[in-house]
Amino acid sequence: MTRVVLVDDHQMFRTGVKAELGPTIEVVGEAGDVDSAVQVIQSAKPEVVLLDVHLPGGGGIEVLRRLHGSVEARFLALSVSDAAEDVIGVVRGGARGYVTKTISGPELTDAIGRVAGGDAVFSPRLAGFVLDAFSATDAPAIDPELDQITQREREVLRLIARGYAYKEIAKELFISVKTVETHVSSVLRKLQLSNRHELSRWAAARRLV
Amino acid sequence: MSFGVIACQGETVRSAVATEEAPARLERRPDGRLLAGVCRGLADHLGVEPAVVRLAFVLLFAAGWGWLAYGALWLLVPRRPEEAPTRRNWGHAAVYAVLTIGLSVVTGVSGGFGWAVFPVVVVGIGATILWQQADPVQRQRWVRSSALPLRRMWLRSLLGALLVVTGIGVFVALNVKADQAREVLIATAVVLTGLAVILTPWLVRLWQDLDTERRERIRNQERAELAAHVHDSVLHTLTLIQRNAHDVREVQRLARSQERELRTWLYAPRADPDQTFAAAVQKIVGEVEDAHGVPIDVVCVGDTPLDERLGATLQAAREAMVNAAKYAESPTLSVYAEVEGDEVTIFVRDRGKGFDLDGIPDDRLGVRGSIIGRMERNGGKAVIRTAPGEGTEVRLEIKKS
Repeated sequence: MTRVVLVDDHQMFRTGVKAELGPTIEVVGEAGDVDSAVQVIQSAKPEVVLLDVHLPGGGGIEVLRRLHGSVEARFLALSVSDAAEDVIGVVRGGARGYVTKTISGPELTDAIGRVAGGDAVFSPRLAGFVLDAFSATDAPAIDPELDQITQREREVLRLIARGYAYKEIAKELFISVKTVETHVSSVLRKLQLSNRHELSRWAAARRLV
Repeated sequence: MSFGVIACQGETVRSAVATEEAPARLERRPDGRLLAGVCRGLADHLGVEPAVVRLAFVLLFAAGWGWLAYGALWLLVPRRPEEAPTRRNWGHAAVYAVLTIGLSVVTGVSGGFGWAVFPVVVVGIGATILWQQADPVQRQRWVRSSALPLRRMWLRSLLGALLVVTGIGVFVALNVKADQAREVLIATAVVLTGLAVILTPWLVRLWQDLDTERRERIRNQERAELAAHVHDSVLHTLTLIQRNAHDVREVQRLARSQERELRTWLYAPRADPDQTFAAAVQKIVGEVEDAHGVPIDVVCVGDTPLDERLGATLQAAREAMVNAAKYAESPTLSVYAEVEGDEVTIFVRDRGKGFDLDGIPDDRLGVRGSIIGRMERNGGKAVIRTAPGEGTEVRLEIKKS
């Protein structure tokens, strides 16, 4: 059983998600704004927090900031918007993944399991964005290890963007699912730590740095 | 937050008006005028006797350039509309006229009078500006909209006034020896610096004031646009959804279509689907979604201007999407379009029932003609991967021309 806290300001959405989640998930708390989210997460000690990007009181990013380093929980961001700056904001704020709210119940259950296991979850759109941001530009990489993605990582991201599941990606590239997960986690780390111009610009615009 | 600031600004302005007598706006007054009502209006605005202003203008007229100032004010200052013009007091007018003519003659004879008036004018302008700054209503409004603290503003004004006075003093002292041009220039520079010091904060605040107004206007426009958009599209769709509540597929299609439209409107950079590749892909996806009711996830990476070959590729992609939506029985489709360097690639993928590629009859125009043939004619390539039960993926590749 994975212990989960739902943070979303729409009661209806929380109820819907709870009903759709599989039997491997136990919802141990809910919150509708930043303050109560911080409280609930601190007291309920969940493994995974499903965090809405748009929340009254400063948004999901504010929850991440206030809890930074103080809880064990891993965060999976959920949003109706796929505006790049929203996505990048929470991912750089510490979320382990991002999915849109149109995701199906089984897919969400799967994603929660993956985040609980320490892996990253990328939606096709997030993969597309990362490809965009890390695509070849004239700007030289300040830190090549962080500012560039490898050819293999690029292939994995492209397959995610094409709508492939991890299992399908593994089959396509003749690698194990575990290796796919490793590549995605590595991209997530770069996304969070890189100072690439495109990323910092978004971060700066959202006052995240 | 900014709304709050504006609201509270308005509040302050109103209370200031309520407690203090607001100075009259600068308007030409047709009642009690002697010439065009400029002096009368100016006196009202400055809160001094009209005679003071008129005498000042007589001096200026005599100096020569008073006429210019008067003419400018006549042109630029609006006439107060509500008052009917009264008869001019010709006696007073004659007195001022005689004074003006007399002084002008003296100026003409002595030749130096113009220089004597110059400091008066400069000091007059400086004083007017200082007074303008002290105008309570405007001052409150300006101080609110600017970060400049009041005390610093006064300090600056004082400094400016000091500079002006010093400059004039030096000017007058040195003016006797007209050949000492260098000193005169320095003095002039000092005067101008003083004026700049006085004027700059005022102009800055005036500019900020205008800026605030402009921003509020833009915000209002945006709000109106938003309201119009919500009304035209969102409310309309909600009505349609209620009417079609029995038809699950139609409700889904409507919701999806509205979602896409709203998303584009809110987040997407406004690109022209007739001009750029990524926008064109999005547009086609939307059209196929609307026509066939199958949700399509689309991801675009990179962008490029459209050309004929890309147009053909897009047509092939549309055909692939339509095929998948119609025959694949897949709950969703994925479209991935990528521009990398010269290479443009589009993937159209479904998780439907798939088909036997070799088993397509030759007359099935869809796949052979519209997709493979079209790509080959344009120098590109179409690769179809499918097997019964495994879904289908169509990959379209072409080089930019």
